[in-house]
Amino acid sequence: MIKLKVNRKEYTVDINPETPLLWVLRENLGLTGTKFGCGMALCGACTVHLDGEAVRSCVTPVARAEGKEITTIEGLSLDSGHPLQQAWIAEDVPQCGYCMSGQIMSAAVLLRENPRPADADIDAAMAGNICRCGAYQRIRRAIHLAARIQGQGGGR
Amino acid sequence: MEKTDVSSQVLTQLAVKIMLVIAALCLGALAPSTWAADDRDDAGARAAFLKAYPVFMHPRCLNCHPAGDAPLQGDDSLPHAQNVQRGPEGRGRYALKCANCHQAANLPGENLPPGNPKWHMPPPGMRMVFQGKSPGDLCKQLKDPAQNGGMTLEELIDHVSHDKLVLWGWDPGNGRSKPPSHVEFVDHLRTWVKKGAACPE
Repeated sequence: MIKLKVNRKEYTVDINPETPLLWVLRENLGLTGTKFGCGMALCGACTVHLDGEAVRSCVTPVARAEGKEITTIEGLSLDSGHPLQQAWIAEDVPQCGYCMSGQIMSAAVLLRENPRPADADIDAAMAGNICRCGAYQRIRRAIHLAARIQGQGGGR
Repeated sequence: MEKTDVSSQVLTQLAVKIMLVIAALCLGALAPSTWAADDRDDAGARAAFLKAYPVFMHPRCLNCHPAGDAPLQGDDSLPHAQNVQRGPEGRGRYALKCANCHQAANLPGENLPPGNPKWHMPPPGMRMVFQGKSPGDLCKQLKDPAQNGGMTLEELIDHVSHDKLVLWGWDPGNGRSKPPSHVEFVDHLRTWVKKGAACPE
């Protein structure tokens, strides 16, 4: 049995401790906002927060997450009011949308550690999140907008 | 009377000699045993370092000791995909910190992230660059506590013998080549230190 705390809620899961966290989130807990992309930590679609860091859940054994705070896209805010979520809607960022929860979870770490990121900071934070629709320019614009919203205290 | 004087003189001289020997032994114990002057052999030290050098230049060791700020990957030592950078503590930056993908152990299968509990690269304040260093330059860097993480030569030997991240180089997971023998590598470095740690030209 493994005890997990996901989006401020506690769960107990009967699972092999080497199972990737992504499988547990999607298959056992029904949190399907986090996506499976490559399964090799290469694309970023499966990014979730583990104690605030943007880990690749497809290669993270669930045992590593025990006793830590796990946050998925469903728990990033209570009502989709995180500055990044507001900015993503305002800039109409997604095309197919498949990579977007991973993009937002990575960008959230960037904005926490650097509230006014320059383009180079965005490159340094986001180059590991691949978007096959090529929405990179809209992602960049949305991160700048989210920084302004956050700076004005506009997040929820 | 004379005999007594002579024998007391001999005894005094003997006592002084014994004290000198004890003092010398004490000093010897304080100084690193590897630095005994009798062992000094500059040519032998240089030769031993040159035998250890290929390990430092092997991709498993060199890839995390790059000249730039991106770690390298693969046997061709290309810059790490995803624009991964050294970061303020040698543990990556923002959403691309080392431990976000690298776990505490190698993941089974080829082309999956290798892992170790200590996975990181040298921090920006102590870059410990291997890439592009000649044997002489690398040798001088390894000897300099200001550039080697504050280690004495004895601590350096201990580090290359036991450090878990160093040892990972010889247990790198599926699909990765290994450096030459770890036992011989440590032996060469021990010999280098024992013979006075002279550096190649």
